[in-house]
Amino acid sequence: MVEKNALFEIRNFSIHYGDFLAVKNVTVNIEAHKITAIIGPSGCGKSTLLRALNRMNDLIVTAWVEGEALFHEVNIYHKDADVIELRKRVGMVFQKPNPFPNSVYENVAYGPKIRGIKKKSQLDEIVENALVRADLWKEVKDKLNESGMSLSGGQMQRLCIARSLAQEPEVLLFDEPTSALDPISTANIENLLQELQKTVTIVIVTHNMQQAARISKYTSFMYLGELVEFGDTDTIFVNPRNKLTEEYITGRFG
Amino acid sequence: MSADREKQDTFDLIRKKRIDLKQGFFLNLMRTMGFTGAFILLAILFFVAYNGIHILSWEFITQPPVDAMTKGGIFPVIIGTILLTFFCMLVVIPIGVTTAIFLAEYSKPGVLLKMVMMSIYTLAGVPSVVFGLFGLAVFVVAFNFGMSLLAGSLTLAITVLPYIISTSEESLKAVPYSFKEASLACGATKWQTIRKVIVPTAMPGILTGAILGTAKVAGETAPIMFTAAAFFTPGVPRSLLEPVMALPYHIYVLATAGTHIDETRPIQYGTALTLIVLVLGMNLLGIILRSRQRKKRSW
Repeated sequence: MVEKNALFEIRNFSIHYGDFLAVKNVTVNIEAHKITAIIGPSGCGKSTLLRALNRMNDLIVTAWVEGEALFHEVNIYHKDADVIELRKRVGMVFQKPNPFPNSVYENVAYGPKIRGIKKKSQLDEIVENALVRADLWKEVKDKLNESGMSLSGGQMQRLCIARSLAQEPEVLLFDEPTSALDPISTANIENLLQELQKTVTIVIVTHNMQQAARISKYTSFMYLGELVEFGDTDTIFVNPRNKLTEEYITGRFG
Repeated sequence: MSADREKQDTFDLIRKKRIDLKQGFFLNLMRTMGFTGAFILLAILFFVAYNGIHILSWEFITQPPVDAMTKGGIFPVIIGTILLTFFCMLVVIPIGVTTAIFLAEYSKPGVLLKMVMMSIYTLAGVPSVVFGLFGLAVFVVAFNFGMSLLAGSLTLAITVLPYIISTSEESLKAVPYSFKEASLACGATKWQTIRKVIVPTAMPGILTGAILGTAKVAGETAPIMFTAAAFFTPGVPRSLLEPVMALPYHIYVLATAGTHIDETRPIQYGTALTLIVLVLGMNLLGIILRSRQRKKRSW
């Protein structure tokens, strides 16, 4: 992996919940403008690691970290790190679509508005642009004032992606974004991610190994809080070095 | 063999019937108990309405009392209650909602939070006459507001404060965690999240609590009896520092302290009926709002 392309450099990074060690001494780089997948069985710490990348773990009072997580060579866990700016640049899409109980328009305009953009024409442009990028514009352009919660599950998830895209993030973190969706909506989201990686770096946690194999360039396999193997998705799925990885991807446990 | 079988079936059926009888007895017992509550309410409503309905008229609610309150209407009394509850809510909603936001969003588990919570629960259990005496000592005497609309509204405010805090806190806590996550992941600060997402989402619930709280306050007698309520005022108050007449206190006055108790009896029932209609109306409004927002809620 080419060092200078690394957007995130995670160094000897551990995450604790109180006395429980959820992520153990992980060292990994995340390359810009690629899709990196994190796979592993339930409770292996993959979501915890993902949520550390934009410090969403801060919401859990007992969580604390050791080691370094560098974003653009700056430690995001430095005591003076600007979490708000970090989350603007590193957005997140959750497992269950979670639009606000507002209109489609207001959902997408939320981020720009809290950042002080007031001009209607400017907001209109941002909203349209984000919805186009999230491949939702054609479906919702006539119902921008309807509730975001009236959309279908797959549309809601794309609305959430549009809401994140409205901030012009460099990175989007996806926490099992399709596990609550039907196969067609899942395929739509996967196509969308393939398209988005041209402009946004993507890290995706998934339960679905086929999904990781289909869309990601790199895959990391985690087990019991440890990063067991990291590498090219093609290599990991065809020729895993570690026995545990092989057993997991061949479905012998999980 | 088939005869045996039949016998067996009959036997089962009889046993089942006995169980049904026993169950039926207890079911009907519980049903009766349940209806007792409803019956008491209906009896009170019927009693008051039967005795008070014939005096209700446009004049009754728009004219002041005359001839030592034996004739005329109760206009200043109604206005007094409306003013007391209005100013009470003006004071209590900001304090209650702010406290609830602190409790639901900012407070960390610990001694301080436990103390605050315990104080609120205890406050909710304090008899209302104690609030009345407190209002007398603090607002009327120490702050020198005198027996006044202001002192009464403030006393009512602290009476209903625990209720407003707990209903607001419940509404805030009912906002899904995922909304909060979504907002923070958009790069919003905690305060922006509270202001733009959590409070607006909880607002219908907070308002419903406030309306039901208003209904509670409108019927309270003890907190206003030493702090605001006047035996008689010629008209509506012109400043916050004047005493007011109020529906619950007026009923008390007419029934116990007047000089013409028998002659004012119809007015007593009329006043009680007006108060009940006002309070039930507000409760009904609160309940309708709550069920409508529950239906609208899609998370």
